[in-house]
Amino acid sequence: MNILVCLKQTFDTEERIAIEDGQISEEGVEFVVNPYDEYAVEEAIRLRDEHGGEVTVITIGPERAEQALRTAMAMGADKGIIVDDEDLESPDENSIAKILASVIGDLEYDIILGGYMAVDDGSAQVGPRLAELLEIPHIATITKLTIDGDRVEVEKDVEGDIEYIESKLPILVTAQQGLNEPRYPSLPGIMKAKKKPLERMDIDDLDIDEDELEGRTETLETYLPPAKEAGKILEGDLDVQAKELVKLLRSEAKVI
Amino acid sequence: MNFDLTEEQKMIRKLMRDFSEGEVAPGADERDRTKTFPVEIFRKMADLNLMGLPFPEEYGGGGADTTSFAIAVEELSRVCASAGITYSAHVSLGCAPLYLFGTEKQKKQYLTPLCQGESMGAFGLTEAGAGSDAGGTRTTATRDSEGWLINGSKCFITNASYAKFLALTAVTNRTEAGPEITAFIADTDSPGFRVIDNYTKLGLHSSNTTELVLENVRVPEDAILGEIGQGFKQFLITLDGGRIGIGAMAVGIAQGAYELALKYAKERTQFGTSLSKFQVIQHKLADMAMNIELARTMVYKAAWLKDQGKKFTKEASMCKLFASEIAMKVCDQAVQIHGGYGYMHDYKVERFFRDVKLTEIGEGTSEIQRMVIAREIGC
Ligand SMILES: Cc1cc2nc3c(=O)[nH]c(=O)nc-3n(C[C@H](O)[C@H](O)[C@H](O)COP(=O)(O)OP(=O)(O)OC[C@H]3O[C@@H](n4cnc5c(N)ncnc54)[C@H](O)[C@@H]3O)c2cc1C
Ligand SMILES: Cc1cc2nc3c(=O)[nH]c(=O)nc-3n(C[C@H](O)[C@H](O)[C@H](O)COP(=O)(O)OP(=O)(O)OC[C@H]3O[C@@H](n4cnc5c(N)ncnc54)[C@H](O)[C@@H]3O)c2cc1C
Repeated sequence: MNILVCLKQTFDTEERIAIEDGQISEEGVEFVVNPYDEYAVEEAIRLRDEHGGEVTVITIGPERAEQALRTAMAMGADKGIIVDDEDLESPDENSIAKILASVIGDLEYDIILGGYMAVDDGSAQVGPRLAELLEIPHIATITKLTIDGDRVEVEKDVEGDIEYIESKLPILVTAQQGLNEPRYPSLPGIMKAKKKPLERMDIDDLDIDEDELEGRTETLETYLPPAKEAGKILEGDLDVQAKELVKLLRSEAKVI
Repeated sequence: MNFDLTEEQKMIRKLMRDFSEGEVAPGADERDRTKTFPVEIFRKMADLNLMGLPFPEEYGGGGADTTSFAIAVEELSRVCASAGITYSAHVSLGCAPLYLFGTEKQKKQYLTPLCQGESMGAFGLTEAGAGSDAGGTRTTATRDSEGWLINGSKCFITNASYAKFLALTAVTNRTEAGPEITAFIADTDSPGFRVIDNYTKLGLHSSNTTELVLENVRVPEDAILGEIGQGFKQFLITLDGGRIGIGAMAVGIAQGAYELALKYAKERTQFGTSLSKFQVIQHKLADMAMNIELARTMVYKAAWLKDQGKKFTKEASMCKLFASEIAMKVCDQAVQIHGGYGYMHDYKVERFFRDVKLTEIGEGTSEIQRMVIAREIGC
């Protein structure tokens, strides 16, 4: 079985976000594999161990993103592809999905996995967009995956409930928390990761019109959420409190 | 000059950070209270092939370097110093002498199972009358037609209850120049070999510290580790490496205590503002951060020298001495910043405060480190 995993390198979720010159500063920041993508990598390795075949991890990103691919390889992925995003101007989900589709268009695959969203941009769009471009079915936020022949059975998280879906290979699925427990990379895995094959590509290597890759969205401003202030506890009789609350909602919070 | 960790070192740090937080931290307070040795943690580490981390793959090791070993000890100690010392002693006292001085056969027979985590590694050097002055060793090994008979006792030996075999030192001859000390490998289930786990300790409660009693313990002729009469020299070399481990352990404990203190200082309000706004507290935290950074840099330097095959005796002593002394201060101040809560078990720094003291004692006290450094600088 040929298994592809699309993954992104993101900020470590424990990092403090700082804004410099209107942009999120990457100075001194630790980067990790997007946590949802880790579930996808783990599931891919399990599928490979069960059905045979190969796991290829694919990322689009700067040079440092290679570390994320190496981490997936240390967990057990067989090979990687990194597409340098340096030449891209303000890429968005549209651009990323198109590049992935172009890379994957040349590959043989039975299943494509990804995290359901990246914790940095949080758009949850790339997976479904990619499947549409490849004209294959997709199921998002899965928590269980079973493959038998070309039959695919999926459990999907729907706001606290479970949806059972059946489909067929080839397919794209995106992982939700609960799909599995990602393994720790073993020490031999880490030591071998650097020796696994990694293909490097530029946008120029791909058969796509660069104009099409331009972001369709525009970031107008990046700012931190307002600092959390202490809450206000109203006092007095209930009807006094209710009146005060209405007044505050109108004059201070300006929501009514 | 390059201060960046290699890709492998970074991945090992991430693995050890995740493993320590996911598997080691959760039960650490409970294990400390109940004095439980975390067998399960080391089984899991063995599954990830971490128990022989800096040794070659041909002996079941991981083929990583000394810096990675220091990183692993630091990360374990950051959440649980008992796990840190257990691992450090396993690698640098248990495995290293076998790797450095063992014959090919001994490496296959003993080092490989240690690297695979089938036994914990231990090293019996210290005796009631021979601590800093290991020349005072009283345990004897006498030769007869069938091999050697060992008699004597050892104290404060880490990991021995979980070791199937271990290396220990014994006097094989007394000459005018002093005792001739030789290292032997002995099976801990040999007749006459008792491992007694009965100390009441200040800290490191979930590490295993034991007394060994040997009464006519028979070992074969080829149980000698290294060469006859070279035991003293061999353990000096062993301890050079071990000091990097204890230095890393001290850095880890200090880092853990500092992080807790920083977090607490930001959360705790007194006099209408968080503690972290008081300059006095800020300066304490700044000193902690600075000293930890310096200690870690020195640990890495000693590890790097060792990996380069350069002489590192002085640097290993320096990193161990500096790291353990600043770690003591850091833990003291971490308790101080927590005020009355710091005195209580639930806030963790109390455990760090008790655990850290060992780093100034084990594998050569601070006084002994100063003697080593003084000798190295030509006093
Ligand atoms: C938890 C724990 C685990 C241990 N694990 C092991 C182990 O696995 N294997 C092992 O072999 N040992 C182990 N030890 C023993 C440890 O290495 C010794 O305790 C240490 O070397 C000090 O020896 P000592 O206790 O006999 O103290 P002593 O040597 O009696 O020292 C007492 C004091 O006198 C000072 N002193 C001694 N000589 C001099 C001098 N010449 N000049 C100035 N001051 C001096 C010392 O610095 C110290 O302050 C362990 C100890 C502990 C507490
Ligand atoms: C075993 C024990 C027995 C006790 N017995 C009693 C008792 O019988 N009765 C009783 O009433 N209390 C008792 N206490 C409480 C004790 O007096 C307090 O813990 C102590 O006064 C510190 O207060 P705190 O714990 O709230 O720490 P905090 O006041 O929160 O202090 C935390 C840290 O911040 C520092 N700090 C605070 N304010 C400032 C500032 N303005 N500038 C610079 N630094 C500052 C402190 O020095 C400390 O380092 C006991 C405590 C213990 C641990």
